[in-house]
Amino acid sequence: MVMRALDRKLLRDFARLWAQALAIAVVLGCGVAALVTSFGMYQALNESRHAYYERNRFADIWASARRAPIHLVPLVESIPGVRSVEARIEGMVTLDLPGRVPIAVGHIVSLPTFGPPVLNVPVMRSGRLPDPDARDEIAVNEPFARAHGFALGDRIVANINGKRRVLVITGTVLSPEFIYTLGPGALMPDREGFAVIWMPERAAQGAFDMNDAFNSLTVALHSGARIQDVIAAIDRLLEPYGGTGAHGRDRQESDSFVSAEISQLWTMTIVMPPIFFGVAAFLVNMVLGRIVALERTEIGLLKALGYSNATIAVHYLALAALTAIVGVVLGWIVGARMAGGLARLYARFFDFPYLILRASWTVYGISGLLALASASVGALRAALSAARLPPAIAMQPPAPPSFRRTAIDRAFDHLRLSQPTMMIVRSILRWPLRAAVSVLGLSMAVAVLAAASFFDGALDRMIWLTFDQANRQDAALILAQDLPEGAIDEIAALPGVLQAEAQLVAPVILRNGHLSKHVAIEARRPDADLSRTVSSGGRVIAPPPGGLILPQRLADYLGIAPGDAVTVEFLTGRRETLHMPLSATIEQYVGIGAYADFETLNALRRQAPLISVANVTLDPDATEAFHRAVKQLPKVAGVAMPTDARRSFQDTIRQNITITTTVYVTIAVLITLGVAYNGARIQLSERARELASLRIIGFSRGEVSFILVGETMLLALLAQPLGWLFGMGISWAFVRGVNSDLYQVPFVVQPALFARASLIALISALAAALIVRRRIDRLDLIAVMKTRE
Amino acid sequence: MTATVFRTRGLTRIYDTGKVQVRALDGVDLDLFESEFTVLLGPSGSGKSTLLNILGGLDRPSSGTVMFRDIDLTRLDDTQLTAYRRDHVGFVFQFYNLVASLTARENVQLVTDVARDPMPPEDALRLVGLEARLDHFPAELSGGEQQRVAIARAIAKRPDVLLCDEPTGALDSKTGVQVLEALHMVNMQLGTATIVITHNAAIRRMAHRVVRFQDGRVLSVETNDHRIAPQEIAW
Ligand SMILES: Nc1ncnc2c1ncn2[C@@H]1O[C@H](COP(=O)(O)OP(=O)(O)OP(=O)(O)O)[C@@H](O)[C@H]1O
Ligand SMILES: [Mg+2]
Repeated sequence: MVMRALDRKLLRDFARLWAQALAIAVVLGCGVAALVTSFGMYQALNESRHAYYERNRFADIWASARRAPIHLVPLVESIPGVRSVEARIEGMVTLDLPGRVPIAVGHIVSLPTFGPPVLNVPVMRSGRLPDPDARDEIAVNEPFARAHGFALGDRIVANINGKRRVLVITGTVLSPEFIYTLGPGALMPDREGFAVIWMPERAAQGAFDMNDAFNSLTVALHSGARIQDVIAAIDRLLEPYGGTGAHGRDRQESDSFVSAEISQLWTMTIVMPPIFFGVAAFLVNMVLGRIVALERTEIGLLKALGYSNATIAVHYLALAALTAIVGVVLGWIVGARMAGGLARLYARFFDFPYLILRASWTVYGISGLLALASASVGALRAALSAARLPPAIAMQPPAPPSFRRTAIDRAFDHLRLSQPTMMIVRSILRWPLRAAVSVLGLSMAVAVLAAASFFDGALDRMIWLTFDQANRQDAALILAQDLPEGAIDEIAALPGVLQAEAQLVAPVILRNGHLSKHVAIEARRPDADLSRTVSSGGRVIAPPPGGLILPQRLADYLGIAPGDAVTVEFLTGRRETLHMPLSATIEQYVGIGAYADFETLNALRRQAPLISVANVTLDPDATEAFHRAVKQLPKVAGVAMPTDARRSFQDTIRQNITITTTVYVTIAVLITLGVAYNGARIQLSERARELASLRIIGFSRGEVSFILVGETMLLALLAQPLGWLFGMGISWAFVRGVNSDLYQVPFVVQPALFARASLIALISALAAALIVRRRIDRLDLIAVMKTRE
Repeated sequence: MTATVFRTRGLTRIYDTGKVQVRALDGVDLDLFESEFTVLLGPSGSGKSTLLNILGGLDRPSSGTVMFRDIDLTRLDDTQLTAYRRDHVGFVFQFYNLVASLTARENVQLVTDVARDPMPPEDALRLVGLEARLDHFPAELSGGEQQRVAIARAIAKRPDVLLCDEPTGALDSKTGVQVLEALHMVNMQLGTATIVITHNAAIRRMAHRVVRFQDGRVLSVETNDHRIAPQEIAW
């Protein structure tokens, strides 16, 4: 097929404008890549989870009790809306693993005697499920087995309910209940230090003294069942047996983390791509507007030759579309790689049996269409103005832009600005819309940088408050059951322990009107030095006798302020319901808790002082001895290691932040280059004659360059405050998106980081302007003056 | 007598520039004929270009009528005017108006792509003596050559009328004559009604008909009994 002459013009124009087109395509490509990554992963994670839950019958409701008789099960089954019920025995145990010094923690889940589980069906990865009649056979979660290189038939030692038992691994499994696994007090999955252990029901009954009883219940509902009603009915049934409150998927730990990640991806999806697409649309608008202005006569000519308005509009739209296509292809390539990287990252945290963590073709399609659409929107104004240009007018050269003396000019007169400075100011005032668009585009880059730098500050603050201030213990020994306070002396006497402090933990429901929240009240002595409640300013506030301290966001959620009373419903012991005043609020970034005085809590529960956790600091040289001793302690169900948790949290998050920051800085530099380069090119094209005239009448290259570079830099400077503002907006959106019961990210604004963002943006803008400046050196003075514009 | 190709009655075009109203055309009654070579003369600002633009369907009059054969141009909407330009009119402008990014051949092709019954671009360029410059870009052609490409482009569609606004305005005498020769040849060989605006009174001597303009009105219309060949013109 012979190419039409108009299409040839299109391709040649595109080839001539390659640098500008590429600058735009890169920005568009960033949008496409961001969309493929965030929306692609959002969809992939959401769908993987959905498929996994469906196929393996993820439960709808979880409930636990201290010890409930097995005959309750038919009663639960008969609750309207309930489809299936599974009663289980769950428990925490400490593990003594071959070749590992620190204690590992195991979460035991019982397997039914007859047939496979009905709900939360494990996926067999290797071997087989333990024999229902075996006493020492177990299956473990695959990541744990892999982390230790365990083979089928390998043995581990567990300290179950005070008895050391040797268990044989017969199989490895994955479960929809444990996509994300966290050991006690951990902030990141620790595959070596935390195991999920599936044990035959009979063995578990014996181990936990649960004959004809259960302590955990999972329930699936019929579609359309009212979950709140079912939860209430289950709570009524379990209450006499130490029920601690049934809950839905929203409080299932693994699902909460997967959901949090999914909602973060959604936040990314709605925040990042629109910025790129918006900036790209502005750029297309700017560049194409200039091209149409330059090609007035050619447009007039085409019309004189009988080309229709529509053909001409399409011609310019096609120029934008070609740019978009380049951007889309770039974006797809980069997006596929970034999505792959994210998928690998997820594989380190989330345990899915099959990884469909790949952006779907629909996402590629949608991102491509959106990029094309935003380029077209940007091109529309220019294309329409080309279509509307009356042919007779188009044939005449455009009148010189009308500069008018304004009040601003008179104000500037007093400043005695040099002529080149005057030219910069006038040009911005003459094309205020274009200047505004450039400023907006540049500010988006600053915003992205500011938002990226925000993570650093937020993380520092989270670590400072959570670890340096609030949780300063090296280890927390979680007792199998509450013990008299005297036990703390025993723990203090363990090898390697420097300091030991008592803590009582009581699960409760806090209520205010119809609002309620399940939390654990932690109570410590007022002089506790290791685990403390700390205000956002870093001040230690010990809960006063009789009062309660809550994190601010929990108080907000419950709608109470200091001085208000809140209803406290104890879920253990005598299960009394009391009222306690809220005496103060604190900032808490990790998890959500409630805090009371040690004496107060014991008194409210009408008990001689009991402890459930011992916080200790360790002699760094004696940790091995400490771990060896704790492994032998029958009363310890688990050990949390805040110092280790901090290290892995810090390492992982730092690494993630480094990646994110690199990506964001790259993105911001690309946006800045795109906007500043195109802006300067347009200026140069409009001013070529003017600048050449200045050169001819004797201005130096430097003075002439100053006009070009000066305008770009002035616009870039104006963009900074706006960028900071937008950056805060993005950070704020992110903070809102992340906030959950699991985490709260503090909204930290650090001027130094903003300054760094501005520095990067200004340097990129300068680089772009200098690239264009080189064209001034090559300016052919005679040719410029001779050509008619 | 041959048939009229254009007939205008009371043709008026007023430019409203906000502060002042400019009467570029002020009641023009004019008949132009098939196959004739017409020259429009007149001082700067007298309305020649305005008239030509209206005849070519690039612009619309404020009042009055323009008939192209039996079509009333004032009644055509935008799409119909576009079709009129595409099917009937060839334009040549003072500043050539070639598309810089297209070669000579491609500039002509721009027209043949959309015309109903075009001649091959190469033929059109041969008619103006540019068969050796087919693949040159405008920047690689002299002014006269560029203007001849513009003429080739205008005639390639075999237009019914050829409208030229100062086609030799930017050229020296020798290249101007080459351009006039090309126009003359097209007029003779294809019988295309040709209307040429010029400031160069010498050119009037090669025309069938000379129309003089003044202040938006027709001052006089005269016919030439003895036309001279373009080669005999010099300025
Ligand atoms: N777009 C416009 N807006 C306002 N006035 C216009 C416009 N175009 C032309 N005019 C005015 O209309 C009048 C006639 O213009 P026109 O271009 O037809 O003159 P002309 O005879 O072709 O002159 P020249 O020989 O200089 O090309 C002039 O006074 C001109 O200033
Ligand atoms: Mg004119």
